[in-house]
Amino acid sequence: MKMTGARILLECLKLEGVDTVFGYPGGTVINIYDELFSFKDIRHILPRHEQAGVHAADGFARATGRVGVAIATSGPGATNTVTGIATAYMDSIPLVVITGQVPTALIGNDAFQEVDIIGITRPCTKHNFLVKDVKDIATIIKKAFFIARTGRPGPVLVDLPKDVQIATAEFHYPDSIELRSYKPTVEGHPKQIEKAVSMLLAAKKPVIYVGGGAISGDAAGELSALATKLHIPVTTTLMGLGAFPEDNPLSLNLLGMHGTYFANMAVTNCDLLVAVGARFDDRVTGKIATFAPHAKIIHMDVDPTSIRKNVRVDLPIVGQVKDVLGRMLKTVEECGDKIAAFHAGIEPWLVEIDGWKKKHPMSYKQTATVIKPQFVIQKLRELSESDAIVATDVGQHQMWTAQFFGFREPRTLLSSGGLGTMGYGLPAAMGAQAAFPNRQVIAVCGDGGFQMNLQEMATLVQNRLPVKIVILNNNFLGMVRQWQELFFDKRYSQTCMELPIDFIKLAEAFGAKGFQATRPDEVEATIKKAFETPGPVIMEFKIAREEKVLPMVPAGASLNEMVLNA
Amino acid sequence: MRHTITVMVENEFGVLSRVAGLFSGRGFNIDSLSVAPTNDETISRMTIVTRGDDQILEQISKQLNKLIDVIKVIDFTDGEAIEREMALIKVTAEESARAEILRIADIFRAKIIDVTTKSFTIEATGAPAKIDAILELLRPLGLKELVRTGPVAIGRGAKAWKG
Ligand SMILES: Cc1ncc(C[n+]2csc(CCOP(=O)(O)OP(=O)(O)O)c2C)c(N)n1
Ligand SMILES: [Mg+2]
Repeated sequence: MKMTGARILLECLKLEGVDTVFGYPGGTVINIYDELFSFKDIRHILPRHEQAGVHAADGFARATGRVGVAIATSGPGATNTVTGIATAYMDSIPLVVITGQVPTALIGNDAFQEVDIIGITRPCTKHNFLVKDVKDIATIIKKAFFIARTGRPGPVLVDLPKDVQIATAEFHYPDSIELRSYKPTVEGHPKQIEKAVSMLLAAKKPVIYVGGGAISGDAAGELSALATKLHIPVTTTLMGLGAFPEDNPLSLNLLGMHGTYFANMAVTNCDLLVAVGARFDDRVTGKIATFAPHAKIIHMDVDPTSIRKNVRVDLPIVGQVKDVLGRMLKTVEECGDKIAAFHAGIEPWLVEIDGWKKKHPMSYKQTATVIKPQFVIQKLRELSESDAIVATDVGQHQMWTAQFFGFREPRTLLSSGGLGTMGYGLPAAMGAQAAFPNRQVIAVCGDGGFQMNLQEMATLVQNRLPVKIVILNNNFLGMVRQWQELFFDKRYSQTCMELPIDFIKLAEAFGAKGFQATRPDEVEATIKKAFETPGPVIMEFKIAREEKVLPMVPAGASLNEMVLNA
Repeated sequence: MRHTITVMVENEFGVLSRVAGLFSGRGFNIDSLSVAPTNDETISRMTIVTRGDDQILEQISKQLNKLIDVIKVIDFTDGEAIEREMALIKVTAEESARAEILRIADIFRAKIIDVTTKSFTIEATGAPAKIDAILELLRPLGLKELVRTGPVAIGRGAKAWKG
């Protein structure tokens, strides 16, 4: 049957299993919206800004593991998606973003709302496509989803000129796709895996360092099994939080700039570092020259470019981490009594780590008068449901959430790690809530970042997405203020948000509810009330304004040069 | 160290800017780049001359391979490949120098492809070092304009890369 390009697009999405898209109409996608009007199989959510639409698709993808889909019109609609796309790219999140484009005959003419979005997004997409012929739509959409979700996942943009949407063609969706230039599924080399196990069993001070690849690669089960079988301590990056239960005694929690004392000490002193789906980001390594100076490094990753990009690696293993860890576990299980010897061998190391844990546990002092942000985060954990999903914005509140929430399951923390995009939290929570209407979804925001996408309150209310929004209000761009306090002589240049905002009235203006806590003894009641209230709710906590995120490794310093209390 | 890398890519719109963008975005050097379709018209072949230490070259190869449109990357380290480059060279050719220029062209098996009373245009082909050498001899005689293609490379021996 012949159908329009716009209709073909929707049929393709349906066949890809897409049930929710986040999009914003405009002149060059009006034909897609016309088809959507009567297309019942896809739920369309209208954000109030295309950036938020892409973040929502990203939150949807992170929470579900499926490909998130967003639509925007050409020109300004397309440029508004760029921050969202770059955010997803840096964190390897699978998205398909569809943009309208001016008719093919006008491309290059500076037509109304024309922008070269293919050129603009080339460095921040895994791949992008300009569709020039209606007959190519189906194959290109098939390729787009295949590329987005396989290998190291990432965003793919498809630019669809208006005339291509209007033209008609026979619809045929390919069952599978082969790209001679893209072979994403690689199995870890058996020899390398064998070597990895023998290096592991020879180690006396091993640490496993886990990144977001363990979550996107669905490897949390294998990771936990291997670590607990061998009693190897595990530290995670921000992106890796949830891959290993933080309440497990082997967990060292977060490492890096705002990581725990014991994680950073363990990495600095280990004799073997096993990196799992992590990319040795500078926020994690601190000064490269002194990173894990005594360690042999095993690095497993689906993406060969991650390996040896920043640090020397003794044993690279390119492959799906799930498969690699699974096969390592199997090999280990065949090692019999070597395991007991290994356990005995690393015992002093575990004792040493325990000493560090006791010496400097994560801590803060809650006073009777002022709310400490860490206290709010701990109360959130206590009072929220065990499968709650937490999205954060970017700043101090993000780090406090990472430090104090205690993540236990993969895909329960949604946070912009690589790009560090303020304004991410609220729309990402929105996307997750759209995916899981019955789960508790919490957005933890700063007062600054919340204001970068607060228009999405309208989307939440309209679509009955009951996100519980926590604003840790220090009336500061707190993270920058912290740097100014520590490294710029307290010259708080443009980080004080002079204007106090009435977030309660703001919530009400959108038809949502808002509660405020100003004293520590109000924290628990406020959270409970918010959780009991149906629909979206803002909880505003007036927190200690100059509280700092600690420990802190100053940028460029070694991991063991932490500022513990300043 | 100087490396000559061959990159087989899908002969599609935008591929050149993906490759060029990768080099500029990641701060890799390109000394020269040449590109044209192969015997298989769906494949284009690029020859890129770049430099860097082993770690950088490893990254360049990996990053190129990661581009979806890249089919194959071959890093020809010294000796494995035959390289050829062409140069078109316009030199001032006053009466007194004409014989000397012709002699130089002859030694290098270069061709005079355009002549005026005041100039010669020479076509020279060879390994990049040979082009450098002829240029060195011609320069003192008055080199007016130079265009080089950058080298193309092919592996030695019977083994061939499809395309
Ligand atoms: C879009 C964007 N602009 C600027 C920054 C730089 N930045 C990082 S954290 C931060 C402060 C965030 O303030 P707020 O949202 O109030 O959170 P807090 O740190 O106070 O918890 C800023 C400005 C950023 N990460 N993203
Ligand atoms: Mg703030």
